[in-house]
Amino acid sequence: MEKMIVGEGLVFEYHQHNDAGEVEHIHRAIDGLDLEVRKGQFIAILGHNGSGKSTLAKHINALLVPTEGWMRVKGMDTREEGNVWKIRQHAGMVFQNPDNQIIATIVEEDVAFGPENLGVEPEEIRRRVDQSLDAVEMGEYATHSPNKLSGGQKQRVAIAGVLAMRPSCIIFDEPTAMLDPSGRKEVLDTALQLNRNEGITVILITHYMDEAIHADRVIVMDQGKIAFQGTPKEVFSRTEEMKAIGLDVPQVTEIAGRLKREGYDFPVDLLTIEEMVGAICRLK
Amino acid sequence: MIRDITLGQYYPAESFLHSMDPRSKIVLTFTFILSLFLAKGAPGYGVAFLFLVLAIRASKVPPRFMLKGLKAVFMIILLTVFINLFLTPGGAVLFQWGVFKVTRTGLETAVFMALRLIFLIVGSSILTLTTSPISLTDGIEALLKPWEKVKVPAHEIAMMMTIALRFIPILLEETDKIMKAQMARGADFESGGLVKKAQSLIPLLVPLFISSFRRADDLALAMEARCYRGGEGRTRMKRLSYTRVDVAAALVVAAYLLALGLLARWL
Amino acid sequence: MSIEIRNLHFTYGEGTPFRKEALRNVNLEIRTGEFIGLMGHTGSGKSTLIQQVNGLLKPTAGEIRIHGKDIHSKGASLKDIRQEVGLVFQYPEHQLFEMSVYKDVAFGPTNMGLSKDEIHSRVVDALDRVGLGEDMQEASPFELSGGQKRRVAIAGVLAMRPKILILDEPTAGLDPKGRDEILGEIGRIHGKGDMTVILVSHSMEDIANHVERIIVMDKGEVRMDGPPKQVFQEVEHLEAMGLGVPQVTYLAKALEAKGCGLEGTVTTVEEAMAAIRSLLGPPGPAKGGGIHD
Repeated sequence: MEKMIVGEGLVFEYHQHNDAGEVEHIHRAIDGLDLEVRKGQFIAILGHNGSGKSTLAKHINALLVPTEGWMRVKGMDTREEGNVWKIRQHAGMVFQNPDNQIIATIVEEDVAFGPENLGVEPEEIRRRVDQSLDAVEMGEYATHSPNKLSGGQKQRVAIAGVLAMRPSCIIFDEPTAMLDPSGRKEVLDTALQLNRNEGITVILITHYMDEAIHADRVIVMDQGKIAFQGTPKEVFSRTEEMKAIGLDVPQVTEIAGRLKREGYDFPVDLLTIEEMVGAICRLK
Repeated sequence: MIRDITLGQYYPAESFLHSMDPRSKIVLTFTFILSLFLAKGAPGYGVAFLFLVLAIRASKVPPRFMLKGLKAVFMIILLTVFINLFLTPGGAVLFQWGVFKVTRTGLETAVFMALRLIFLIVGSSILTLTTSPISLTDGIEALLKPWEKVKVPAHEIAMMMTIALRFIPILLEETDKIMKAQMARGADFESGGLVKKAQSLIPLLVPLFISSFRRADDLALAMEARCYRGGEGRTRMKRLSYTRVDVAAALVVAAYLLALGLLARWL
Repeated sequence: MSIEIRNLHFTYGEGTPFRKEALRNVNLEIRTGEFIGLMGHTGSGKSTLIQQVNGLLKPTAGEIRIHGKDIHSKGASLKDIRQEVGLVFQYPEHQLFEMSVYKDVAFGPTNMGLSKDEIHSRVVDALDRVGLGEDMQEASPFELSGGQKRRVAIAGVLAMRPKILILDEPTAGLDPKGRDEILGEIGRIHGKGDMTVILVSHSMEDIANHVERIIVMDKGEVRMDGPPKQVFQEVEHLEAMGLGVPQVTYLAKALEAKGCGLEGTVTTVEEAMAAIRSLLGPPGPAKGGGIHD
């Protein structure tokens, strides 16, 4: 399969300057990290606040360029200035705060913002705006003001705004952190649907483990490095390690792991209630 | 509370004025405002009044919404009336009380100045009530476009207006929230003298500014991520176009100007 | 401190086109020292309700009594009420404004007109309660991490020594570790003394793990009120209101449907462990199958 995103030896440092303009403190947000994402994959990146996951996300969209190492999106090196706009068109980004990424006072005007920046013809923009709003099921709100929408709806408008640029990949940077449970579900379902039906590569950054269960691969970050990665089953069965770096696992996975240690014959890699029911009924 | 303040009070409806191109509405509104300085005497103001009534009817906006705009500047109008009433010399003295003297010219100037202000405010309210903020911004950008050659930042002005309009309600809501949070900690925004009142605003203003900067940062990043790089090479989804409605409106305004001009010469 | 709410109604923007009925005939009695979880979908009226309790909003009809006293009666002072009822808003770190952690936490006590010594002892105590040491006092609140900022903000309310503490989603936006730490601290604050705590949360797991009583609101009305075990039994009812139950409760329901039900009502991981152990009996030799680690 085609490689969508490749990063090697990535390092990113934030420099903190003192009043005299000298570098006072260097913070390594990303500390030697390799990343490979193939076309059409759904990748979840888990990590506690400050683990470097948002910094990594901004590298994929060329909002940040690595201090060391390199990152390529669809073969384009993010360090080359000439590639920046093409990369941003191909790798769209949805941010955490739904309010702070909607620019216009009317939903459809906001969705049009991206293609307008790309210089797309008006008729084509119209078509893309309508299609994108339909894809996130917000068509009926096209002429509404974003202020009256719920958090989940606002995030879907933001997703439509990215879709209208016809990206091949969307990076979601903690899109559900500020939402209520129903808003979280709306956004997660939309991301899954775009991945499954439209073939868009999705990178979902989150600290809700239940959102990572559907991913093809889960990457767990800690202190700017990849702590471990694998399928959701592989990752969540490492309950102790997950807890040690401040993350959670689904309740059923935790129970299975603990019962297993007590001597019960449980598979430790179960993630869902159905799997747990199966395991218990088998032992009964 | 603070959320009750309505800004850019667009009144959605389907009317003659709503269907006009924003550019012609802006230009014609300015023409009307300038015409008020040409109007002379009661007949002149009468014509302007008739024109306004016609415009209000053509906007399908209930007249009380126009009056809302007046309420906000009521004090200014009152002040203008008083200054003109007492400080204009000339003409027969109608009334005197101590140093205060009301003359006939004074009374006339006061009344006409007040009318001019009221007409001006109602006229511009018709523009903002019938034009959504976004199309108003589009109109301003389009009208300023030719001036870009002489370094007028047309696109930037329009973008700033759009963002301001989008964030005013958000910041109002935020102000309300911070105020409540500080009140829950015993802050008092109401009592005390001027100095104390100003001091009491610090716990409100500091968080508000910090949050505005944070939002600005986020928004700039989001705009960059969506390939924003200024006005150059940008297209627009909605193209503005003049229609028959705009021609009709222009003709009506021309007729109004003619009537005003004739009256001025005739009197 | 007890709270009594009788026939409370509240409408936003009465007499305008934006009129919205936020609370409808709310009746509640909360006893001193209770730990309450307040749940409800966004727009269910829970935020409006908590603002009513400390007098930030005035009822359209009905009354609120704090320790028997009507908070909107003539003799009552809203300023006093707000000292008794501490309200921590959602994302409370957004209200920090002082140059140092110490000064910010001292804002509430200073507004109460306390003596310098009293303010000092309250600030130190409040910071200690949220797990921030003395070395943090002179730090600028804006240089702290998200979780620390939130603790400072909570300390700012605790320093007023409220008898009732209301927290509106105190863990929103925090990672699992930060969430557990804050909830642990709230639990300890409740454990000491007789403070009444009302926790507004969207997380069924957090509610199940901490509170003694759950109040569920929907469309401005109180729909359910009872201990977690009772409330979480009504899965369909809760789901119809856009809410849910903890994952282990879903597990118990699914097992019941399969004919191997667990004993009692299960709402926490510990309860589920105990119930599964008693269902399966002591661990026997492996029967094979499954993945071994």
